[in-house]
Amino acid sequence: MHKKGKIVGRVIGLIKPYMHFFVLSLICAAANVGLTLYAPILIGKAIDCMMGKGQVDMTLVIEIILKLGIIVLLTSLSQWLMSQCINKITYHTVKDIRMQAFERLENLPLKYIDSHRHGDIMSRIITDVDQFSDGLLMGFSQLFTGIITIFGTIGFMISINAKIAAVVIVLTPISLFVAAFIAKHTYEFFRAQSVTRGEMTAFVEEMVGNQKVVEAFSMEEKAKEQFAVINENLRVCSIKATFFSSLTNPCTRFVNSLVYTSVGIIGAFSALKGAISVGQLTSFLSYANQYTKPFNEISGVVTELQNAIACAGRVFEIIDEEPQKEDAQNATTFKTVSGDVSLENVAFSYVKERPLITDLNLTVRKGQRIAIVGPTGCGKTTLINLLMRFYDVQEGDIRIDGSSIYQVKRDSLREQIGMVLQETWLKTGTIRENIAYGKDDASEEEIIRAAKAAHAHSFIKRLPSGYDTVITEDGGNLSAGQKQLLCIARVMLNLPPILILDEATSSIDTRTELMVQKAFEQMMNGRTSFIVAHRLSTIKGADLILVMKDGHIIEQGRHEELLTKGGFYANLYNSQFSVS
Amino acid sequence: MRRQLQFLRDYKKESIIGPLFKMLEACFELIVPLVMANIIDIGIGSQDKSYIMTMGGVLVLLGIVGLVCSLTAQYFAAKAAMGFGSALRNALYAHISCFSYEELDKVGMPTLITRMTSDVNQVQTGVNIVLRLFLRSPFLVVGAVIMAFTIHVKMGILFLLSVPVIGAVVFGIIHVTIPLYKKAQGTLDQIARSTRENLIGVRVIRAFRGQQKERKAFRETNESLYDTQVHVGAISSLMNPLTYILVNLAIILIIYIGGMEVDKGILTTGEVYALVNYMTQILLALIAMANLITSITKATASSIRLNEVFDTEPGMSEGEHDFSEMSAEDGPKVQFDHVSFAYGGSEEEALSDVTFEARAGQTIGIIGGTGAGKSTLVNLLPRFYDATKGSVKINGCDVGEYTYSSLREMIGVVPQKAVLFRGTIRDNMKWGKKDATDEEIMEALRIAQAEEFVMAKPDGLDEMIAAGGKNLSGGQRQRLTIARAIVAKPEILILDDSGSALDYATDAALRKAIRSLPFDMTVFIVSQRAASIMHADQIVVLEDGKTVGIGTHEQLLEHCETYQEICMSQLSKEEVRNHA
Repeated sequence: MHKKGKIVGRVIGLIKPYMHFFVLSLICAAANVGLTLYAPILIGKAIDCMMGKGQVDMTLVIEIILKLGIIVLLTSLSQWLMSQCINKITYHTVKDIRMQAFERLENLPLKYIDSHRHGDIMSRIITDVDQFSDGLLMGFSQLFTGIITIFGTIGFMISINAKIAAVVIVLTPISLFVAAFIAKHTYEFFRAQSVTRGEMTAFVEEMVGNQKVVEAFSMEEKAKEQFAVINENLRVCSIKATFFSSLTNPCTRFVNSLVYTSVGIIGAFSALKGAISVGQLTSFLSYANQYTKPFNEISGVVTELQNAIACAGRVFEIIDEEPQKEDAQNATTFKTVSGDVSLENVAFSYVKERPLITDLNLTVRKGQRIAIVGPTGCGKTTLINLLMRFYDVQEGDIRIDGSSIYQVKRDSLREQIGMVLQETWLKTGTIRENIAYGKDDASEEEIIRAAKAAHAHSFIKRLPSGYDTVITEDGGNLSAGQKQLLCIARVMLNLPPILILDEATSSIDTRTELMVQKAFEQMMNGRTSFIVAHRLSTIKGADLILVMKDGHIIEQGRHEELLTKGGFYANLYNSQFSVS
Repeated sequence: MRRQLQFLRDYKKESIIGPLFKMLEACFELIVPLVMANIIDIGIGSQDKSYIMTMGGVLVLLGIVGLVCSLTAQYFAAKAAMGFGSALRNALYAHISCFSYEELDKVGMPTLITRMTSDVNQVQTGVNIVLRLFLRSPFLVVGAVIMAFTIHVKMGILFLLSVPVIGAVVFGIIHVTIPLYKKAQGTLDQIARSTRENLIGVRVIRAFRGQQKERKAFRETNESLYDTQVHVGAISSLMNPLTYILVNLAIILIIYIGGMEVDKGILTTGEVYALVNYMTQILLALIAMANLITSITKATASSIRLNEVFDTEPGMSEGEHDFSEMSAEDGPKVQFDHVSFAYGGSEEEALSDVTFEARAGQTIGIIGGTGAGKSTLVNLLPRFYDATKGSVKINGCDVGEYTYSSLREMIGVVPQKAVLFRGTIRDNMKWGKKDATDEEIMEALRIAQAEEFVMAKPDGLDEMIAAGGKNLSGGQRQRLTIARAIVAKPEILILDDSGSALDYATDAALRKAIRSLPFDMTVFIVSQRAASIMHADQIVVLEDGKTVGIGTHEQLLEHCETYQEICMSQLSKEEVRNHA
């Protein structure tokens, strides 16, 4: 309950900036309710003008219904204005919360993103926010008019007859209790439904997202079975959540019919005594309806809000996630970096219990080419994670030009390092946008020059729309090699003093490889480069080869040196041709 | 939505009982004003206290029966709607499972994922609403009109005229808003896409300091979603005020005509009250309907999007023969006979006129530049795609004649992208062979050079793999995907650039292990690295979808210019010669 209260408080905080709409919507709601409530009185008066055959005062009736006409117009106007305000508040709030969630996403440590299911994060930012929006919309449009209606009706009723009004006021809260009772018990059901939905989204992300692999292994049937299990769970959860939440309406409606009946009987008796007129009784009956309706609605809204709050809670969980450590207060920016890199006593592990890198030391002079080789899983990718500050070291320090990278703004650090990863990632957008990803103000010539340097220009030219070709989400319309070329072009556009190439050349067009290597050669000239390399030609040309195994650098030196040494590297090298 | 209603077929009983009881409840609700009119006319008119009490009792009774009906209706509606959603999801999933790669490319995974999740939810909600409430409202409207006719024919006609006018407003507004809701949904898709992109591409985005830009782009999409939502909101919120005006216009007429009729003694005061009450009931019913229609509009938009998926028919039909029936001992294992292929409607052929043969147990290397058609070629073997011209034969029989599962079980595929699934390593290995024993799995891991690192994991085969295999390095993932393909001891093994994440030593050891298998396996190795394929029995050199050379390393070095270039770019002269 406490947690829920906190979430509500935060939702209110989100709405704060739209206070003016909120106030305006309240004014409109008040006007709307007041006018709506006045109508029954007029109708009652009109009915009082019709006492029976030959006893109808038509001039008065006409006067009353003219007044009624004006009231109706004003009611409609205020209602329309109110909806406009509510729309604005809701959609603004939803926009803000989604933006906040996204902002946080951009700031989350890689550790979080690497270790959480993307499907789950997605479902929070998309589905949960959407449901939150539905709940808010309904909440605003019905909650406040509801509350005002309740008080307005009490006022009008008391003005006609206090005794009957008292009966209504005493009886009606029962429906509130009923609603509250139901709402309390449905929250859990909604949460269970939300969790199961998340599970389903994650499953669909994984299986449908990799449908090709599923089919390659004829696993369609098995996946279908697994899906059916989650689906069945969801069905059961949803029936519970839906049914129990829908109890509110009929139950409160029943209480209302009791109130209506009581008013009818007591009113009729009062009319017999002449305490009220028949017209006033009809006004009362109409109030009894209007008075209990908001209770109905409010309870409906409350259940909807339960769901919205459960969803908001899940979104807040992302927003509240610990962001990556801020850049240090006195963090500097790099001016011109020459490219000396040193790792001092670095220790790092992804999981505390399993140390990966321990006491790693490495000094690299500017302009050197460092080839990192070693069996897979030996910590090569980890080195990139650390250099780029995707992850922070647990012990030791990494220095560039003598200053610790932890004393420098992340962006400034990353600006000094050009990266081509093995797993190519391109944005949905045109090829031009993708090449210029790191430099928005790049001119057309610069882009083309970069593409040419990466040997991507010729294939781009051959695409139907050239540089304006839109790359689809998973880059499906380009081959792996073409994507890689674009990733290289992206770095070529703005060459920083330090380069990280993660097996960058492994799927580049073989025929143009020689030229690309020349371009690389030029690119790396005077730049400190770390290459996670498998290609012998690259390794051979390196100033320093780091042979890694199990997170340690076990050998380092140039190709020839290492070969004569006859150690691990020599083995590695020779094994390549030991096949036949 | 009509088409999807078939998924209610297992819930016929529920989908009849639900609305039926809702209507019953509405019936009782319609009687209430008449009872009250009698209290006014007879009870008060003739000062009959016991009559008033009796009628009060009737009202309470109506309330109780109404409650029971309503609860019954809610339960069955929830059961039917959730069952419907579940059936729809299963059907959709089954349908997607039938897609060939062609359809998967065309529709795109991300779209499929949103349709599978949020669209189905929308439709499910829509069905629930239809079952629960949508019939109730029209029934109340019709019922109120009939009641009006029974009271006074002229009034009945007034009722009859006002309903279509109000209806026209309601449906006119809905007509305008449907396409707008569709647009909003499209923008939401875009938001989902960019969220996903930011999760997958997090490293590149941060390396290129793109966070600011991504925020901006997200903000823009988010803004445009907001604009659309507010726009739709403005139009649909016209509904309530307009209908309110129309209904009250009718009430004014009722009072006016009613006044004159009461004066003539044709109507009683109580009846005028009842008529006003019925008109109010119509208004409430219509408002309820209008609100419901908004939800249904959303559901319809989603439903159309679902139909698009259902309408996408698998372009290939499954063969009938089991692979084992057709095992021919002699003759080539695999034959490509003048095979051409173009992707989905594309004019340009990705493969043209490829012809070659592979004998059982041979290793076939496929090499060529980016986009040369290497992957396309091997994708034709397990029938991920169908050749547009020519035929692909295995064991002398066109691949189209085999059943998918028997064909794909005989072919082990290691796709370019190393995809693993949530679950233990053992679970993942069982994808290759459902009943694989631990020995078989270990053997496959040994061949795939994965034994060492798997055994080093604290839980060995029971080690959990996160979604997408995020807790493993690229090379580890790749080796596991290789092991997965080998577990079933397939007759044909396809390594689609599978060595790319492996270092040379592992790659070489892997190839050696495959060669020394005790059974005949025809192996297709797609690679960009000459070293990976130079020992193959036959090398197919592709360029722009055409075969420019077929032969052994030695033969190709002599005759094939493309092959020479490839080798020279990757290996030193001495290495090329050594192995020629």
